[in-house]
Amino acid sequence: MLNRLRKPCIAFAVPSLLLASGTAFAEYKFNLPEPVSPVTKEVFDLHMLTATVALIIMVLVTLVITYSIFKFRKSKDYQADQEFHNGWFGTWSWLFVPAIVLGIDLTIAGSASSTFDLIEDKTPADLTVKVTGSQWKWTYEYMEDDVKIVSSLLPKEEAGDRYLRMVDNPLYLPTDRRVRFLHTATDVLHAWWVPAIAVKKDSIPGYINETWTIIEKEGNYHGQCAENCGTGHAFMPIQVNAISGDKFDKWMSEQKAITLAKAAEAASGKVLTLDELMAKGEELYNKNCSACHKADGSGLPPVFPPLKGSVIAIGDISEHLDVVINGSSGTAMAAWGKQLDDLELAAIITYERNAWDNNTGDAVQPSDVKAAR
Amino acid sequence: MSTTATHDDHHHAPPSGFGRWLFSTNHKDIGTMYLIFSLVMLFLGGGMAMLIRAELYFPGLQFLEPDLFNNMVTTHALIMVFGVVMPAAAGMANWMIPLQIGAPDMALPRLNNLSFWLLPAAATLLILSIIVPFFGGGAPVNTGWTLYPPLSVQAGMGMDLLIFTLHVLGISSILAAINIVTTILNMRAPGLTMMKLPLFVWAWLFTAILLIMIMPALAGGVTMLLFDRHFGTSFFDAAGGGDPVLFQHLFWFFGHPEVYVLLLPSIGVLGIIVPTFARKPLFGYKSLVWGMGVLLLLGMVVWAHHQYTIGMSVAATNYFMIGTILISIPVGLMLFNFMFTMWRGAMTFETPMLFAIAIIMMFSFAGTTGVMLAVVPADLQYHDTYFVVAHFHYALIPGALFGLYAGVFFWLPKWTGHMYNETLGKIFFWWTTIGFNLTFFPQHFSGLAGMPRRIVDYSVQFVEFNQISSIGAFIFGLSHLLFVYIIIQTVRGGPKAGDMPWEGAQIGTPGLEWTLSSPPPFHSFETPPTVK
Repeated sequence: MLNRLRKPCIAFAVPSLLLASGTAFAEYKFNLPEPVSPVTKEVFDLHMLTATVALIIMVLVTLVITYSIFKFRKSKDYQADQEFHNGWFGTWSWLFVPAIVLGIDLTIAGSASSTFDLIEDKTPADLTVKVTGSQWKWTYEYMEDDVKIVSSLLPKEEAGDRYLRMVDNPLYLPTDRRVRFLHTATDVLHAWWVPAIAVKKDSIPGYINETWTIIEKEGNYHGQCAENCGTGHAFMPIQVNAISGDKFDKWMSEQKAITLAKAAEAASGKVLTLDELMAKGEELYNKNCSACHKADGSGLPPVFPPLKGSVIAIGDISEHLDVVINGSSGTAMAAWGKQLDDLELAAIITYERNAWDNNTGDAVQPSDVKAAR
Repeated sequence: MSTTATHDDHHHAPPSGFGRWLFSTNHKDIGTMYLIFSLVMLFLGGGMAMLIRAELYFPGLQFLEPDLFNNMVTTHALIMVFGVVMPAAAGMANWMIPLQIGAPDMALPRLNNLSFWLLPAAATLLILSIIVPFFGGGAPVNTGWTLYPPLSVQAGMGMDLLIFTLHVLGISSILAAINIVTTILNMRAPGLTMMKLPLFVWAWLFTAILLIMIMPALAGGVTMLLFDRHFGTSFFDAAGGGDPVLFQHLFWFFGHPEVYVLLLPSIGVLGIIVPTFARKPLFGYKSLVWGMGVLLLLGMVVWAHHQYTIGMSVAATNYFMIGTILISIPVGLMLFNFMFTMWRGAMTFETPMLFAIAIIMMFSFAGTTGVMLAVVPADLQYHDTYFVVAHFHYALIPGALFGLYAGVFFWLPKWTGHMYNETLGKIFFWWTTIGFNLTFFPQHFSGLAGMPRRIVDYSVQFVEFNQISSIGAFIFGLSHLLFVYIIIQTVRGGPKAGDMPWEGAQIGTPGLEWTLSSPPPFHSFETPPTVK
């Protein structure tokens, strides 16, 4: 008896526990989040349809079993019907049970198939964002505008209650425009998933997968990496800030200006002082490198070696440049040459060669990086 | 056995000492060893589950490093699948198949010995794979049991040990499966035709065939992984012309049918228990047998539903979706047949029957969430969330593990000659079932709310469901101490069990196992019984 009552009991117990607990969190949900794009809306409806079918089946199963338990028991002197399985019901059930189940199946599959066509719809988009997963951050590239954003976890001190939801640089997207996402990865598998605006597709090194959305409501939408990517898998949140088209255009022109200024600075051939490089390098290192090599340069051996006192960081500069620019095959070290510009690489390498008592005194200039590429 | 010239007495006592077990070719002794092995592993794998739930009780990092956490997740799964459910089911097959078909032993007794003794070797390798990272053996295996590259290429020496573990387990399973198929096809008592076989025997015939077909795919996949790691190949490395997704296909070509390997033996156990306690013949025997056959075939060709998110073609995805949804037909038919075996029966509710009824309900529930997951567009939301975790624990704990518990309670009197304590048995049933539901039911909600699998730390919005789940897990875990107590108590003594301790046991089946004494003699059916 208790066995059958337990599920509904829990269904009631859980919300009441939540109310009592007093930590009622605005984002708290029992179900998929409120969908804000055509794709997620259809998926949500499909989810509710199959969940309803599941509920009906469970009610029927529960009714039949409950009735049997009360009616057909030896303690009530019920005499077992030894010929029951030989009657018409027993003779033909192998045929009509599959027929009924098949009917339900085809209804669900038909509805699913049309939703899937919508997901795979390849109508040209207004803007394309390439989403690249790396251990453990997301890189967004606005393909039409040549703007790139690197987005990683906002530390607990800054995020507070929203820790593991918030990022340092969110992805800005316009509402009411069709956005196409191209998914790939640089090292291991990742999956970019923001339940309210788009379904997930894996980010696979060497593959490009495609999803799309039209966000219909302004707001901040959260998600996180959904495919196990190692040590930092739990620490790869995603934040999408959806803003109106006008605001987005304005934001985008600012970003373009920043990108151009950065490119000009990197290309200017200006020689920087050690202090300038160190200051810039520390910021960039903490953003790009510290997930694996740690802020104090101690690394996470054996997969992610320490940089403090390492042969590469205090040895030959050209070797150091080579490892950072081209990566190290057979290890988890990525090729950063493709992801960062000359100035950024110069600053990071300078920082690595002088921080944590490495003290080589080397100031690597952007021109050195350019020469080493 | 003894091969001395004076060997003229066939009813000699079993050999004594350690040699009885190490060199055993007796199906009952080997069956016992399988069952004890899986019980030990149950506590190892269960202990890991307790660690996982303790870590997740609060958000933040408590006492497991992220890599160690995912190492526990990985090893928990491998132990439960390969160390608990498969050996326990194989132990029951060893004990019961010869007794149920009237055979003196398994067809290949020495092979039987080898297939068991490979298991402790594999378990040692598996435990070493957890330990080596603490002694400079590289990073722990943090991939989850699916071992997906490129992440599995990054892991340390533990990964190599896991690959060898899977090789040894694969050899053990294939040898055991060959033995079981041979036994069932060749050693049946005169008159015991295939369509008179108890459902448990049919279930194991299908299971064994399935094992022989799928294990080589896993062995091949992990061997390629080993080559990628150490011998410079790039089967799974896109940069070298390989394909990371290829491994997923090889793994799930094994991995999906593996679910039925875990499930079918327990379906077989239900097929014996439900009619016994309903005191009427099994409803739809033929359709159950055919249903299992269809399940085997369908189960072999739907593997990619575990990989809807990899970006397959629309046509391939639709094929895998429809194939997967169709699995509801044989499974639905089986559950329907069990429900209507109870219909118009004269039921009593001893522990095995309580488990059987609970399994039918909870497994139906797992089936319905299974259909939800099969639907591609919705799965693109559910994929890799706790909704999936909840679904497969609902499928495998009632569907496989509870089925084996039911079998243990049902056959303990036959194996030991003693009745177990019925009150304690019922307490164990309620304790464990409530604990199980409390653990896994809330995980459906945390999954829908957006909590991914295999994360060591989570956002505060998921706290409540995780805490309920952890409390449930501790209740569930603790109940197993009672399980062991009941088993030990029954082995050591208790009320004498008759040859046929269950009133309805022979209704509608040949019931050869009940014609022997409890416990059965060391050598049984030296002259084959005849079935009319």
